[in-house]
Amino acid sequence: MKVALFIPCYIDQFYPQVGIATLQLLEKLGCDVSFPLEQSCCGQPMANSGFASLSKGCDINFVKNFSGFDYIVAPSGSCVLHIKEHLKAELHLEEVSRIRNNIYELSEFLTDVLKVKKLNARFPFKVGLHNSCHGQRGLHLSSMTETMLPAFSKPEQLLNMVKDIQLSNPKRNDECCGFGGTFCVFEEAVSVKMGKDRVEEHDANSVDYITGGDTSCLMHLEGILKRQGSKVKIIHIAEILNSSL
Amino acid sequence: MSARENILNAIATNQPSLVPLPVIERNAVIDYEDRYAQFKTVLESIGGKVKLIQNLTELKKQFIADKASGNFVINAVADLGELDNQVASMQASDMEKVEKTYIKATLGVAENGAVWVYESQMQNRLLPFICQHLIIVIDKKDIVATMHQAYESIDVAKEGFGAFIAGPSKTADIEQSLVIGAHGARSATVYVVE
Amino acid sequence: MKTTHSKLAEKFIADEPRTDWHDETLWFVREKRDKAAHGLPEWEQLREWASQIKNHTLSNLSDYLKEFEEKAKANGIIVHWAENGAEHNKIIHGIIQRHKIQKIVKSKSMLTEECHLNEYLQQYNIEVVDTDLGERIVQFRKEPPSHIVLPAIHLKKEDVSATFHEHLGTEKGNNDPQYLTEAARQHLRDKFVQSELAITGVNFAVAETGGFVVCTNEGNADMGAHTAAIHIACMGFEKIIPKAEHLGVFLRLLARSATGQPITTYSSHFQKPRPGQEMHIVIVDNGRSKQLSREDFRNSLKCIRCAACFNTCPVYRRSGGHSYHTAVAGPIGSILNPNLDMKANADLPFASTLCGSCTNVCPVKINIHEQLWKWRQVIAAEGYTDATKKIGMNAMAFLFSKPSLYRFAGKWGRWMMRIFPFVTNNKLNIWYKQREMPESPKESFRDWYLKNGKINRN
Repeated sequence: MKVALFIPCYIDQFYPQVGIATLQLLEKLGCDVSFPLEQSCCGQPMANSGFASLSKGCDINFVKNFSGFDYIVAPSGSCVLHIKEHLKAELHLEEVSRIRNNIYELSEFLTDVLKVKKLNARFPFKVGLHNSCHGQRGLHLSSMTETMLPAFSKPEQLLNMVKDIQLSNPKRNDECCGFGGTFCVFEEAVSVKMGKDRVEEHDANSVDYITGGDTSCLMHLEGILKRQGSKVKIIHIAEILNSSL
Repeated sequence: MSARENILNAIATNQPSLVPLPVIERNAVIDYEDRYAQFKTVLESIGGKVKLIQNLTELKKQFIADKASGNFVINAVADLGELDNQVASMQASDMEKVEKTYIKATLGVAENGAVWVYESQMQNRLLPFICQHLIIVIDKKDIVATMHQAYESIDVAKEGFGAFIAGPSKTADIEQSLVIGAHGARSATVYVVE
Repeated sequence: MKTTHSKLAEKFIADEPRTDWHDETLWFVREKRDKAAHGLPEWEQLREWASQIKNHTLSNLSDYLKEFEEKAKANGIIVHWAENGAEHNKIIHGIIQRHKIQKIVKSKSMLTEECHLNEYLQQYNIEVVDTDLGERIVQFRKEPPSHIVLPAIHLKKEDVSATFHEHLGTEKGNNDPQYLTEAARQHLRDKFVQSELAITGVNFAVAETGGFVVCTNEGNADMGAHTAAIHIACMGFEKIIPKAEHLGVFLRLLARSATGQPITTYSSHFQKPRPGQEMHIVIVDNGRSKQLSREDFRNSLKCIRCAACFNTCPVYRRSGGHSYHTAVAGPIGSILNPNLDMKANADLPFASTLCGSCTNVCPVKINIHEQLWKWRQVIAAEGYTDATKKIGMNAMAFLFSKPSLYRFAGKWGRWMMRIFPFVTNNKLNIWYKQREMPESPKESFRDWYLKNGKINRN
């Protein structure tokens, strides 16, 4: 199984440990992983700001880097969703449709493709899970409180395989954290207020860590936690699933 | 061209190509083992009162007592006693003083505690809204499961007006605190006759 | 400077306890909605039916409107057509003048808010009394409603108490909602009894019967319409549905989605005027046929104005209805208003994180968050975004399309942040105002991979 690793730009630059954990985890689980070296950004920041027309260069670069693999896996629901919904390249229609179908967020790749039933991981901490909207509502990684359908959660399914972890859910289990891409600066006041409210609910559960599948949300929450001088840390789900403390 | 033509032309030009209406499958919709129990539970949860009675004897006694009390009571239920037909031509300024009204409803809806009342059952359209207290009589056999069955049983075009009424008037416009008795009736009691 | 959602939201949030209260109160309504929806095993099926009925209706709209008009006329209702808000207001003004009307009551109609009817009539010294309790409160305060179902949800009982003390002479400092509601009941009963003309909205108009349905909890639409000698019902043309049996689907969804009630207290079916009464319907376009022409956005015309998308929206809950500076706020407003005035409302599709909760609660399955995304593209293409944003996006697009340049910039940026943190941790950096910057690592993932990737694989 040839798997291409897609490491979104802000993870590459600011959270290399998330990329490392993802790579190691996939290799532990027996995947033949390549990291296409000329990758950059999926183009989402432009597209979500109304400039999808400017993401052509990103799209073409993405197709160049990620054609010809069985699967593409990324530790970010948001970037995966963007590729699934908006990747375009007129001259490479076949590759585009293949990429759109073969790209997976890490946790759904583990539960749905690799069908992981157990993990050799241990994480003896109290952890709160943040459900990122694009992963949850966009990629259907877990059921949503708005819909009247049976409950499930792919990230929770995986976290429950980790030894000694104490998982807790915040009161509003799937409320948005307020990151929202460029929303976080163009609507700074609302964005921060939303983030503070998320942090508060996790605080109420006295968690050691807040985890999730989207580093962008976690980066936003981390910024707030640090400003508050909080002891609560953020950690990407890949790091927990890969941990062997 | 008139506004009518302009609007209709713009719509005709811009509307998408025809898609079919869905079939509303009746067996895909909830039913209740005990429709009366459901009706009662729901109506009481929205501020209404429900009383199951074997026949109209008890209610007649209450009605006679109400009439004798000197309060302005209007009767629109033939089985209870003389109808107050004069209300049909009454003005709002007079009806404002109506303390209590007795009306008959066509059916009740188990899923939401509403009853359907035709204009002819109200005597005057304004009556069930302007009275302070509303008494509604329905037959137990006329409680249907959902709104789908309700619309099958009634004909909304038969009379000039009709309404589903579910409990007393209410508002939560001040801090979401529920207050019963906004502009319409302050109380609504449904007598369900076995 | 132009009023934007973000500026108004910032002002709203400055009072944080009040913001928390607003958020909690609306979340409570959302939870009531969830509970009501859970009560029906067929909930998702009902949404699907409602969506399909509306899709069908939009695809045959001109015929249904003609059918409705014909039947309504046969029922003795006078039908008017208005291409825009101004025409709508003129039609109503004309009726008022013809009958020399002094006393007017109005129940809730978002359409009349959209057309600014009250302000229009005020120019002619005609006073309209809003009779929905929430609307009466904001009318006294000379504010617009902040929510289409709960018009005064931005106010606390202390505010209402002060307003009623001023306008109705209620006891100073008595904040009891029961007491305040009773005062409004007495005050408005007088207005109803004296009213000569009643204006209402329309929740559903039925093509097959020529009748229409108005839903309220308070009974104010009925108190007005059954008292006044003239009743004018105002409707956007998208309120039409094909048959009476379809009301079953929509009335099951409307109140449950809006407030979590199984049904509104009153669902009044108007078919004919009562003897001696004059009944009018004003059918309004005001941009709707334009929206119908926009393939990506026509779906928004399915809206039944339940406001479920308001209550679930994490942005709306924390920024308040007035921050949307339009008659219809919230997520649905953000996809309707750019159609009415793209320039003035260019900020609204950006007042969302695109979390998608709105789409999930919508009883008629409008893909609200996808339309927000699409409006962003239209607004950028039409040149209505900030110049700075455009420059930034162009720079970003250029950078990301050149991997080596991106890597250079990334490395340089990380280096700068480590050596000179004040470069980014300053007042010009909006992120930093209330959040710390992420720590900048020495090497990127790619750098690490080039060094360790191979070892890792062995």
